[in-house]
Amino acid sequence: MSAFYRSRLAGLVVSAFVVAMMLVVSTAVHAKTKLTMYYPVAVGGPLTKIVDGMVADFMAKNPDIEVDAIYAGNYNDARIKALAALKSGQPAQLSVMFSIDLYELIEQDAIVAFDDIIQTDEERAWLKSFYPTLMENGVTGGKTWGIPFQRSTIVMYYNKDAFKAAGLDPEKAPATWDELIETGKKLTKGDGSQWGLMIPSTGYPYWMFGALTMQNDQVLMNSDGNETNFGAPATVEALQFWKDLGGKHKVMPQGTIEWGTLRQNFLEGKTAIMWHSTGNLTAVKKKASFDFGVAMLPANKRRGTPTGGGNFYIFKQTSPEERTAAMKLVKFMTSPEQSAKWSMQTGYMGISQAAYDTQELMEYVKGFPYAAVARDQLQFATAELATYQTGRIRKALDDAIQAALTGAKSPEDALGEAQSTADRLLKSYR
Amino acid sequence: MSRANMRHVYGWLLLMPAAILLVAFTHYPTIATIIDSFFSKGNPVRPSRFIGLDNYRLMTDDPIFWKVLANNMWFAIGTIPTSIALAIAMALMVNKALPGRSLVRMAYFTPTILPMIAVANIWLFFYTPDIGLIDQVAGLFGFSGHNWLGDPDTVLPAIIIMTIWKEAGFFMIFYLAALQQIPPELAEAARLEGASRWYYFRRVLFPLLMPTTLFVLINAVLNSFKLVDHLFVLTKGGPDNASNLLLYYIFESAFSYFDTTYAATLTVVLLGLLAFMALAQFFVLDRRVHYR
Repeated sequence: MSAFYRSRLAGLVVSAFVVAMMLVVSTAVHAKTKLTMYYPVAVGGPLTKIVDGMVADFMAKNPDIEVDAIYAGNYNDARIKALAALKSGQPAQLSVMFSIDLYELIEQDAIVAFDDIIQTDEERAWLKSFYPTLMENGVTGGKTWGIPFQRSTIVMYYNKDAFKAAGLDPEKAPATWDELIETGKKLTKGDGSQWGLMIPSTGYPYWMFGALTMQNDQVLMNSDGNETNFGAPATVEALQFWKDLGGKHKVMPQGTIEWGTLRQNFLEGKTAIMWHSTGNLTAVKKKASFDFGVAMLPANKRRGTPTGGGNFYIFKQTSPEERTAAMKLVKFMTSPEQSAKWSMQTGYMGISQAAYDTQELMEYVKGFPYAAVARDQLQFATAELATYQTGRIRKALDDAIQAALTGAKSPEDALGEAQSTADRLLKSYR
Repeated sequence: MSRANMRHVYGWLLLMPAAILLVAFTHYPTIATIIDSFFSKGNPVRPSRFIGLDNYRLMTDDPIFWKVLANNMWFAIGTIPTSIALAIAMALMVNKALPGRSLVRMAYFTPTILPMIAVANIWLFFYTPDIGLIDQVAGLFGFSGHNWLGDPDTVLPAIIIMTIWKEAGFFMIFYLAALQQIPPELAEAARLEGASRWYYFRRVLFPLLMPTTLFVLINAVLNSFKLVDHLFVLTKGGPDNASNLLLYYIFESAFSYFDTTYAATLTVVLLGLLAFMALAQFFVLDRRVHYR
C-alpha cells in the first residue's frame, strides 16, 4: 500500500471515528426524553414539596427521562393552563387534573385513552390494580382515560370531647340519618355556641350533595355523562333532608355554610360534627386541641359518598417515546410504595389494595386507624358528578342547592329547574 | 425631506411605543372580542361558525345575566356615594391640625395598600358565623350570630361594606391633595362674613372640589365593575348567584364552562356599559364641574 493510500485510510478511520462519536453523543442527548407535567393542589399544606420529591426520586431511577413538574394552582387553574398550553402548540405530555374534567378533555380531543397506549399483559393487569370505584370517574365508553392519583372521599369528623360532654358514647358515631338528627340535637346548644353538625354548601355543594343522594340510593348521572337525575324523587328527598337539618331539626345553621372556614369552625369547637374531604385529615390531626374521631358518613337507605380528587391524564399530542416515558412516570407515581407515602403525608387515600398492604402504611394505619376510614368507605362510594358541559351543569346544581338551603326556592322547584337546564345542555350529546 | 415632514416622523416615532402597546393589548383584543361574540363555541369535533346575534339572544334569555347585571347596579349604588362621602369626611378630618395627624392619615390609607385577595381573606373571617369578629362583638351585646355570607339578603351588603372600607382611603388621598390646593384665605374670608362651617363647605369647598369628585366618580364607577377579586375568596358568586357580578360571570363562562364566545358576548356588554358611562361623565358632567 502506498503512503498515499495509507494516509487516506487513516483519514477515513479518523473521520469514521469522529462520526461515530457524534452519533453516540447525539443519541445520548436524544435518548433523554423530556416530559412536562402540570399538577394541582386543592387543599392546604406543603403538597408541592411532596410531589416534587416524588418526581425527583423518579428521575434518579430513570436517568433517561427528565420531568418538569409544574404546580398549576387549583384544579380549575390546572385545566386552564394545560388546555392553553395545548392550544399554543407547546403542550405538556401528561397532567394531574380534576377527575371530573374527563368529558371536557375528551370533547377537546386533548387526551388519549390508556387502553391505546398499553402493550403488555403486565400493563393490562396494572390497569386493573386500582380500586374499581376510583376508576369510575376515569372510564367512559369502555375506555380508561384517567389513572387515580390524589383521591379522596367525604368523611365525618367528630369532636369526641363534645360527645362526652353531651353524654354520648364517643366511640359511636351516628350511622343513620335518624341517629344523625338525634345526636345533632343533643350536641346543639341553645345559645348558638355549638352546633351539632355542619355540611359545607359553598365551593363544592354538588359534591356533598352527591353523598346525600347516594345515601338515599340515587346516583346523580349516568356513566356516559349525558343524563342527569336531578329531578328524581330520591334526589329531591335528599335535598329536603339537607334543608331540614337547618330549618326543621335545627342541628345546623341555616343558609349556606362556607367550605373554606369550616375546618376552623370544627377546630374551634363551633360544630361537633363536620363533613369534609379526607384531604383535611392530616391538617386536623395536627391542629385539633381535642380528641377527635373520623367515621364513615351515615346511611339512609344505604351508606354513600362520592369519590373526589385528581387523576393522571396523558395528552394526545405526544410522540410514542414520550408516551412510553409518561407511562413510566404514571406507573411510578401510582405504585403502591409511592401511593402509601403520599397517603401518609397528606391524608389522601391509597389508590390500590397493594398500597394498604405495604409495611409502612399498615403500620401507620395501626397507629392511626382513621387513616383507613376513607378506604373502608370505598365499597359504598360512587363517582363524582361529571358530565359533558360539566361546568354549567355543576353550576346549575350548585345554584339549586343554595337556592333551596337559603329558602329562596323549594327543593322540588330548584332541582326541577336544574334538571331542565341540564336536559337542554345535554340534548346534543344523547 | 422637508422640515415639517421630519417633525411628523419625529412625532410618530415618539408615539410609537405607547401606540404599539395600546393596539396590541387594548384595541386589537376589543375588536377580536366583538368579532368572537358573533361565532358559536367550537371544539375539534364541531368547529366554530358564524351565528350572527344568537349569542346575544341567548344572553337576553339567560336569567343569570339579568341577575348579575342587577347585582352590579346595586353594588355600584351601594359603594360609590358612600365611599365618596366617607372619603371627603376623612380628608377634611386629616387636613386639620390634629395630634398624630400622619398616623391617622396612614391608618385611613392602610386598606388601600392591601391586595384585594388579602382583604377578602381577612373579611371572610370577620363574617364567619359565630366565630367571626362581627358575630363575636355582636354576641357581647346579646345578639345571636348571623350567617352574613350565607344569606342571600345580606351577602351583597356585606360585600359592599367591605369594598367601601377598601376604597374610601384611596379616594381620600385625592381629596386631601385637592384640599391642600385651596387657599386658606377663602376660609378666613368666609369666617369674617359670618358663614357657618356647613355653609362654607356647601357653597365654597365642595364646588371647588368638583373636578376631584369627577375624577373619583369615574374611578369608583369603573371599579364597581372591575373589582371582583374578593368574590373568588368570599362567595364564588353564591349563594345562588346572590353576590355574582358581571365580570365574575364572564370569568365563569370563559374558564369554568369554556364557553369563550358567550364570555365574549358578555364582555361586549361590559365594554359598552363602561364606555357609555365614561363618555356620559366626561361630556355631561365635565361641563358643570368647574367653578366659575
